[in-house]
Amino acid sequence: MTPVLTDCRVPFAHELIDLARTDERVVAVCNDSVSSSNLGEFRSLFPDRMFNVGIAEQNMVGVAAGLANAGLIPFVCAASPFLTGRATEQIKADVAYSRANVKLVGMSPGVSYGELGPTHHSIEDIAWMRALDGLPIVSPADEAQTRQAVRWAAEYHGGAFLRIGRFKVPSVSEGQSPAFHFGIANTVRHGDDVTIIASGVTVSRALAAAELLADQAISARVLNISTICPLDADTVIAAARDTGHIVVAEESVSRGGLGGAVAELLAESVPVPMRLLGVNTFAPTGSVEFLLEHFGLSPEGIAAAALELVGRG
Amino acid sequence: MTTDWWQRLHDAGPASTSDIADFATEIRRTTLVTINRAGLGHIGGDFSVTDILATLYGRVLRVDPTQPDWSDRDRFILSKGHAAVSLYSTLALSGFFPMDWLGTFTGPLSALNGHPNRNKVPGVETNTGPLGHGFPVALGCALAAELQGSERRSYVVIGDGELQEGSNWEAFMYGGHRKLSNLTAIVDRNRLQQGDRTENTNSLDPLDAKVEAFGWEARVINGHDLDALYSALTTPSDRPVAVIAETTKGKGVSFIEDRAEWHHKVPSAEQVELALQELGS
Repeated sequence: MTPVLTDCRVPFAHELIDLARTDERVVAVCNDSVSSSNLGEFRSLFPDRMFNVGIAEQNMVGVAAGLANAGLIPFVCAASPFLTGRATEQIKADVAYSRANVKLVGMSPGVSYGELGPTHHSIEDIAWMRALDGLPIVSPADEAQTRQAVRWAAEYHGGAFLRIGRFKVPSVSEGQSPAFHFGIANTVRHGDDVTIIASGVTVSRALAAAELLADQAISARVLNISTICPLDADTVIAAARDTGHIVVAEESVSRGGLGGAVAELLAESVPVPMRLLGVNTFAPTGSVEFLLEHFGLSPEGIAAAALELVGRG
Repeated sequence: MTTDWWQRLHDAGPASTSDIADFATEIRRTTLVTINRAGLGHIGGDFSVTDILATLYGRVLRVDPTQPDWSDRDRFILSKGHAAVSLYSTLALSGFFPMDWLGTFTGPLSALNGHPNRNKVPGVETNTGPLGHGFPVALGCALAAELQGSERRSYVVIGDGELQEGSNWEAFMYGGHRKLSNLTAIVDRNRLQQGDRTENTNSLDPLDAKVEAFGWEARVINGHDLDALYSALTTPSDRPVAVIAETTKGKGVSFIEDRAEWHHKVPSAEQVELALQELGS
């Protein structure tokens, strides 16, 4: 049976609309990104609560901080490379340092713009945002996590960065209750020989890699890190201690990204052999599927890294 | 508890022009002493903006020092956050926080950093310091007031050199597009930036024509004429208003006025004495 695949921007928008129906403080801010953020219906339903500042990301984030100053809950929805790259200083000073209640929603992160190339890829966003004090980073892996993460963001008081993918993904939350719990990693597969740590798009690929490894009698644990910052230290440290080998697979640069975060944590607690898979160079031309495979983020690529790490490659 | 200054300016009816002049003098004296004690500050920009701050807090803004978080207060943002000491002096004299905080300015763990922090200083709306940040936030405050059906207004002071940051022009564009008549941007047009004259660096003139072209009403005034300031800041418009306040950097002290080197030079004890004499009381 072919699994149902979801573009997480769709459940994001539905959930935002549901929130807005019951909470008049919820507003949207965007940079000519109504269609790319899937906010057309929101605009039709709540025209006064949609602030489209045009192609002007610095102003977009500053305006959101001003809206938050009045007690509103702005969701800034923009393609992640431009939100986090162009407006980095506004995110630092106006949101993180000012402790403004602004939700930054980076749409279409990683290499999800495929053939459009590295200008449109958002592989640095996690590293940039992770360097900021007090800015949670949330990266849902499927529809259920996306919906619950939006609810969490609205209730959480303070700035937050959400990474919402456009590349279609299957559910990875069966049997997980709740699907999303802020600050808690989901153990989506148990195993003893190696742990694959993944987030967003790479979670389903890590699960498929674990199947491949099982065929070779390797028992792989898979963690879905939907809260990248703050990292669930207990779960990651336990995985390092239990399995002795860590593979991180992420759709972003390892330097400062999830791989960096895991390495920083384990270097000071349970140092174990690790392999950090990520999009660690500007990508060549190609489709999303091609690029994920190119960077070793296919099930086969992740499994190969794990096999090599445990001495079976 | 409000301060004597607040009571004089607000509780006994509307403040007079001479009340505001006295308030401005007291802000300058307090600023001078605070900077000298800390050995750090931006006295030139502090003194160019002082009359603007005195007018705003003395007779324009609807704010309450005893309830700095009152939800329907007017919003004021000092985007040129390096002029923090003039703002701190104004807020302390108004009663937003105790005067003795000023003695801690830049000291270890003081609430009063070199640039204002909204989470530590009552009356500060957003953290400024990097240039080009305050205007978009003030624009967001104005949009929120419109959405919420509130009569409250938003004011932002921008340095003229600061206008070289492109984010301001993004804000001018959207504010003009939205015809936000509840928003006033005040440009402290002292014609000096840290390194040189603005017109030698990246010229801004004709500034009034530029902002008019963005859909704003430009009001060019002498930024030290208290009556002109009051009028420019309170006369309604059907558009957002840009008050281009022609000012003198270091205004009020002859040897500081209009000199680039006084951007962040700290006066000596002798210079403080001379300056206090010139300012009067």
